[in-house]
Amino acid sequence: MSRNTRNSSDQQLPGSVRLHALAFMLGFGCLLLIGWVAFPALLYKNTPQPLSFNHRLHTKIADDGCNSCHFFRKDGRFSGIPGIETCRACHTKVETGGDSETQLIRDYIAKTVEIPWQVYARQPDSVFFSHAAHVRSAELGCETCHGDIGQSAVSRHYEENVMTGYSRDMEESMKMDDCANCHEETKQDGASAQTDRDGCFICHK
Amino acid sequence: MISGTKAMKTKTKQTYHFGMLIDLDRCNGCGSCMVACMSENNISFRPDETDKQTSITWMRMYRISNRKPFPDTERCFLPMPCMHCEGKESGHSPCVSVCPVTATDYDRNTGIVSQIPSRCFGCRYCMVACPYHARSFNWWDPVWPKGMEQMLNPDVSVRMRGVVEKCSFCYHRYQSARDKAHLQGRPRIEESDYQTSCTEACPTGAITFGDLNNPQHRITQMVNPDRNLSGKPRNPQVFRLLEKLGTNPSVYYHSSKQWVREVSDNHIDDKGRS
Ligand code: SF4
Ligand code: SF4
Repeated sequence: MSRNTRNSSDQQLPGSVRLHALAFMLGFGCLLLIGWVAFPALLYKNTPQPLSFNHRLHTKIADDGCNSCHFFRKDGRFSGIPGIETCRACHTKVETGGDSETQLIRDYIAKTVEIPWQVYARQPDSVFFSHAAHVRSAELGCETCHGDIGQSAVSRHYEENVMTGYSRDMEESMKMDDCANCHEETKQDGASAQTDRDGCFICHK
Repeated sequence: MISGTKAMKTKTKQTYHFGMLIDLDRCNGCGSCMVACMSENNISFRPDETDKQTSITWMRMYRISNRKPFPDTERCFLPMPCMHCEGKESGHSPCVSVCPVTATDYDRNTGIVSQIPSRCFGCRYCMVACPYHARSFNWWDPVWPKGMEQMLNPDVSVRMRGVVEKCSFCYHRYQSARDKAHLQGRPRIEESDYQTSCTEACPTGAITFGDLNNPQHRITQMVNPDRNLSGKPRNPQVFRLLEKLGTNPSVYYHSSKQWVREVSDNHIDDKGRS
């Protein structure tokens, strides 16, 4: 009954329908803008890296590719972010003379100061991640988790979620769900008595 | 019960079962194990640590006595970490079976009862369920004296207010041992690769740690566990605390003294009489 009544009144007022549709589309567009542009802009704090690093150039020149700067220590730990001594090993003298290199030598190598990189993939404190297990035993490539950062020519800005304090990269591809999905698919050990999935402390500390 | 049935299905897959044997004949109560544990595991402390209702320790030293008058008085020190109870069926530990959010879990590959504080929401069911008082609750956020936070162990996450914590058998050391094994392409870790902090710290060598499934490991030879009886020790001088509860602990004790062995079960004999 009531639907019929409304329909007939709508037919009598086609102009107001158009107006409603317009208002709806405008509102929809506004909300999309807020959701896609305004909210992320407010949620993520953008900071530039202290230096711009050219991965593409370095991987071509360095003797051992990625391993030249990101390597395993003897005890099985992974040395993720290289220390300033690793940079010094090649940059004792000027190599290219670019802005970044000049800055590197002047501000960091000459003063023996570590570069305060902001780590895109920094995990929360409660996470234990074994590079040895993934890179050596499971033979996964770096790009499986880190994407194509090895191909980048400049360091993009670091985006920090101001609510959680974590990096946006981590939220996008290195969440617990991302780890758990892969572990579920490959069924690593299923040792947990509670869940029959992998034991919690395989990834937690 | 559900976890118990599930657990039985995959019991055969177990590879390690880490356990600890504490020799009470050797322990002189010095407390080195407690200190080593506190610093290894970033355990927070209160301004007044004498208040044992609010202080936290994963390894607690008890002093027991035979309650006989002089000159027959005898005392014994009894260090107690978490017993890493396996339960009757693999994984039906008292604490694990009550946790509503899987913050504590039994790992069938290692026999370790893990505690993930960042997942715990502080209901404290597990503390009630644990017959050994092995668990502590964080009533406050930890505060470190200035400069001391520089000395925290990066391998162990610091706990916050409102969560429960307990001995982990230093499983971060197991993680490190596995890291090394992965790098060297070894499928298994060795006895010396993974030892807990308290084991290394004990000056009298009273603590032995190892894999109870591996007949080569010292602990297995000393305990000689009977797998058909949930790991009950065959060595008559070795015992577990509250054996009759059926919690099936992974921590064993050794004492040559009869009265000490009797205290372990509150002097209750097989017929339930004390
Ligand atoms: S000793 Fe307590 S906390 Fe440890 S496994 Fe047994 S019931 Fe759980
Ligand atoms: S206090 Fe934490 S670990 Fe214990 S039962 Fe509750 S949620 Fe689980």
